[in-house]
Amino acid sequence: MSAQARAGLRPETEGKIFRPRRTLWGDVWHRLRRNRPAMVGLVIIGLMYFTAIFAPLIAPYEYDKIDLENVRAGPSREHLLGTDELGRDVFSRIVWAARSAAFVSITVTSFGLALGTFFGALAGYLGGWVDTLIMRLGDVLFAFPGLLFVFFIAATIKPGLIAWVKAIGLRELARSGYVDYLVVIIALGLVGWPGLARLIRGQLLSLKRRDYILAAQATGVPTWRIMWRHLLPNAMPPVIVAVSGGIGGVILSEATLSFLGIGLQPPNPSWGAMLFQYYGYWRTELWPLLFIPAAVLVAIVLAFNFLGDGLNEALNPQLD
Amino acid sequence: MLAYIVRRLLWLPVLLIIVSFITFALGYYGPADPIVALMGQNYDPEVAAQLAHEYGLDQPFGVQYLKYLERVARLDFGESIKYRNQPVLRLLIPRLAVTIQLNVASSFIGVSVGIAVGVIAALRRGELIDRLVVFGVVFGRAVPVFVAGPILLFLFARTIPVLPPGGWDGIFSRSAVMPVLLLSIGPMAVFARQTRAGMLEVMGQDYIRTARAKGLHEMTVVTVHALRNALIPLLTILGFLLGSLVEGTFLTETIFGIPGIGQFAFEALGGRDYPVIITVTLLVAVAYALGNLWADLLYGVVDPRIRQA
Repeated sequence: MSAQARAGLRPETEGKIFRPRRTLWGDVWHRLRRNRPAMVGLVIIGLMYFTAIFAPLIAPYEYDKIDLENVRAGPSREHLLGTDELGRDVFSRIVWAARSAAFVSITVTSFGLALGTFFGALAGYLGGWVDTLIMRLGDVLFAFPGLLFVFFIAATIKPGLIAWVKAIGLRELARSGYVDYLVVIIALGLVGWPGLARLIRGQLLSLKRRDYILAAQATGVPTWRIMWRHLLPNAMPPVIVAVSGGIGGVILSEATLSFLGIGLQPPNPSWGAMLFQYYGYWRTELWPLLFIPAAVLVAIVLAFNFLGDGLNEALNPQLD
Repeated sequence: MLAYIVRRLLWLPVLLIIVSFITFALGYYGPADPIVALMGQNYDPEVAAQLAHEYGLDQPFGVQYLKYLERVARLDFGESIKYRNQPVLRLLIPRLAVTIQLNVASSFIGVSVGIAVGVIAALRRGELIDRLVVFGVVFGRAVPVFVAGPILLFLFARTIPVLPPGGWDGIFSRSAVMPVLLLSIGPMAVFARQTRAGMLEVMGQDYIRTARAKGLHEMTVVTVHALRNALIPLLTILGFLLGSLVEGTFLTETIFGIPGIGQFAFEALGGRDYPVIITVTLLVAVAYALGNLWADLLYGVVDPRIRQA
């Protein structure tokens, strides 16, 4: 009889621990799943990105398809939500605008996250004058109210950007509406990074004094590898919360810019621009159109708020 | 504490110089020519060159910037390009007055109503009124100004036409009702939420039980013992309040056609009126920096640990 059998252990379970294996994120998901508002938010957000990806299949018409024989039509089977004064299908434009929102939110967030991680990691790990320089730069950007700065950048870089795009030989691109996307992405991305950089820097400052980092340094692990393998993954949880809340903010900022006519230009589809267009109908019989982009925007902001609150609670269970 | 204040104050002018440099550089290198925007259809190269010379736009960047700084030090912000020969400062002051009235009225209403509602919700936790407040806060946080604005306009200027759809006849006129309401939604939601959370936390403390055990009137317990402590964390969101007001003002003035600095800046952006754009940006940055300084100092007063940082 083996020692294991005598101890009452079966050989096939040797060395195994019976507690279900749970990672940090498994735990978070477990808690998040019980949070009903957060799950509703997740579903709405999922639906938005699904709509964005499959927009060409979902939308019955192109977003800029003008049909002058069918202007100001009410809801019908051909036009689920009716048409505007150019005969463009409102439902199709709402669907295509999801693609604009998704595209802008993903690119701006990645751009901001890349800049924020890069500068934050540099500042936090290297310290000294690099840290001072980067953080002061962030302070300057913080000194502007975000939206005003975005207005300012969007208004001043656009003509230069168009000239530059033409100069490198992309005349088609310059003429298409895609330059508007670029303007919005650059303006919002430049404003978004200091917050993330601060957050990551703060995380690194506390993490880099841990023993396991000292151990890695002592065994000669290169700096970039310490950063990439040991520091950044551990700094991520609060960053994930900030970013998930930030995506909603980016969608809202794009809508705001487009509402004011500085963001995406017609005929590019944008909920903000549609809101502005329909708001101009308030004296006519087309007034109810206003509520469509309004409802979509509110639903999405709510969804991101719910998910952000839910993630925050799930990552910091002691709050309960 | 003194060293902390001095350090924060010294940062202010440095910040302003950097801000003015950035705005000036963007305006300078922004290829949109204000002269072209001004002359429009009647563009004539000879007159354009003369105008550029007149406004000093033909001089090198460094010279223009230094001259600009020197003039700013004398509170001379140049002349508007769109409104020919009118000093920016003179155009700005009446608009600034409108914006300040609008902001003071809406932050006063937003903060006081928000705190009152938050206290009531916390005292009646779980009851209908509390749930209504929580629901309202969730919506108030989620409905952007440019969504709520058109909906308010639709409600009160079309469906029940009791208010004018726009314009400005002073802060005590009917034309101010919708803009003030619109701008106060954000602060109201934030203050209601924070006050409710703060009150709930404070009301469970031992010193509240002690106050009650001493036989103090419930009103005294709530206002003197609980509310005063619950309000401390609210100081820290003052900076946030300022930021949301700046953005809200911009949108509100545009939606309702109110002649404040938000609308002025927006108009200037369209007309490439750089002296105006730079001045408004600088002004907003100063206001914002002072607001943040104020919030940071209060923060330092409340929480001594901050002073050392």
